[in-house]
Amino acid sequence: MAEVQDKPVGQGGPSPRRRFLREAAGVAGGACLLSLGVGLYAKQASALPATALRPPGALAEADFLAACVRCGLCVRDCPYDTLRLAELGDGIATGTPYFHARQIPCEMCETIPCVVACPTGALDHGLTDIGKARMGLAVLIDHETCLNFLGLRCDVCYRVCPVIDKAITLERQHNPRSDRHAMLLPTVHSDHCTGCGKCEKSCVLPGEAAIKVLPLKLAQGSKAEHYRKGWEEKEAAGESLIGEQLELPVRGLEGKSYGDTRVAPGQGPTPAPAAPARPGSGLDSGWKP
Amino acid sequence: MSVAAVPKAARPRVGADAIAAKGWLRAHRWLILRRLSQLGILAAFLAGPWFGLWIVKGNLSSSLTLGVLPLTDPFLLAQSLAAGTLPYKEALIGTGIVVAFYLVAGGRVFCSWVCPMNLVTDAAAWLRRRLGLKGGKIPSGDTRYWLLGFMLLAAFASGSLAWEWVNPVSMLHRGLIFGFGLAWGIVGGVFLYDLLIATRGWCGHLCPMGAFYSLLGSAALVRVSAAHRSACDDCMDCFAVCPEPQVIRPALKAAGQDHPVILDRNCTNCGRCIDVCGRNVFRITTRFDRSES
Repeated sequence: MAEVQDKPVGQGGPSPRRRFLREAAGVAGGACLLSLGVGLYAKQASALPATALRPPGALAEADFLAACVRCGLCVRDCPYDTLRLAELGDGIATGTPYFHARQIPCEMCETIPCVVACPTGALDHGLTDIGKARMGLAVLIDHETCLNFLGLRCDVCYRVCPVIDKAITLERQHNPRSDRHAMLLPTVHSDHCTGCGKCEKSCVLPGEAAIKVLPLKLAQGSKAEHYRKGWEEKEAAGESLIGEQLELPVRGLEGKSYGDTRVAPGQGPTPAPAAPARPGSGLDSGWKP
Repeated sequence: MSVAAVPKAARPRVGADAIAAKGWLRAHRWLILRRLSQLGILAAFLAGPWFGLWIVKGNLSSSLTLGVLPLTDPFLLAQSLAAGTLPYKEALIGTGIVVAFYLVAGGRVFCSWVCPMNLVTDAAAWLRRRLGLKGGKIPSGDTRYWLLGFMLLAAFASGSLAWEWVNPVSMLHRGLIFGFGLAWGIVGGVFLYDLLIATRGWCGHLCPMGAFYSLLGSAALVRVSAAHRSACDDCMDCFAVCPEPQVIRPALKAAGQDHPVILDRNCTNCGRCIDVCGRNVFRITTRFDRSES
């Protein structure tokens, strides 16, 4: 049409408008493809490795990646060189701050200088009590190599915990191997653990620690909200929700309180005497060699 | 690409006229000032981690000078806003200061006087000139604006600073101060791209950060003027050294405008054209100074 007729009149090429449109389409297409690649890469690589912990006060990972401008001011104000900026190839969003608890844990400064330094709010200035930080949650992940689980008294993770006796307690249990000793099992409590990683750092095992700080998402199961716990409901209501239960006698346990089925040696119903079977007392199959 | 057939002796070095006319120092004045500015800023950032002398903390993305002056890159803030967060007032104030400066001085002043990538691409352009490399495939100069738009869109869609995962500019500066990792590869890629594939390909055609600063400096006060254009002898040295050669013609040759001021937003105010001109055609002035001498 008009443009086709224009062709020989112009400089032998397509009309300027058509050339412009084609160039613009090419440029926009190329830029769009490149952006798509970058966006997909960012999306795909935004999963944080489990052992990389964010500084105290860090927003949830998705919000953090939108707010952090990768300036490193938190790194500069960390007095213990705990924090580092991720380099390309570390598998963490390039330039964002993180720390590995096994290398240098967070020392839980009372003034939280890293949070104060953050200009964007990727580290929430609302965090003023380091005890309320939740960088992760310690998990005693290996029950096979932990010395306390072997019945020994290592206790190091418990001793170094800045929130000792709250974030980590030693729970006494029977040691079935020796059958006469106790095992004192380090037990982490999520209401108090800040995820500082001092336990992981100081675990005495030579390579990997038996106790590790994991992101909350990995460390915790979702709460069973749909479950109504009978004992809590009973306490809240003042009585059992299903009313008094019919109590049927249990033979042999008549003297005990209802529901108590524990039996000590010598107690309980006497079993029928088990006499050994005599030869020939069984059924005769009639088989003869 | 092919090495030009003209023998070396027949091609006088770019700027030879200027050196002959003004002496070496005056023929490199703006270049030296610019390198001092680039290296001085880098040194201020590095004095802390290297010598414990904390003048500036952070990096070009966001920094704190002498514990009081916050500065934040407006391009990063724009990405952050696109990704859906409103930063604290520290970052907003820092951005305000930076924006105010570049509105006056010219947005691309960041590119030529501050950005460390300029050292890399200037080196590539110099080597390309010296080796006489020609050809390659140069993308349209508008690609950067499309990239800028799509990068902001990518930030919005992914809810993260998508461009910062690969941004060679912030990666180079951060790498120098905090450690590189594999970022050398990306910086090396930019160098080789500029050297072998596209003259001034990165800074002049692709970099969305540069495009952002171009837009920021659209109405900048400080501009270069070809005030003495009547003395031009068409030696083409200014076109050879200019990182955005297309900005010169309208002012120097009165193509589409009658005054001699370079108003193109892509002009980086680097002043190299002033250096290499043996006829003193160019000078730094304001956008309102339309006088000719």
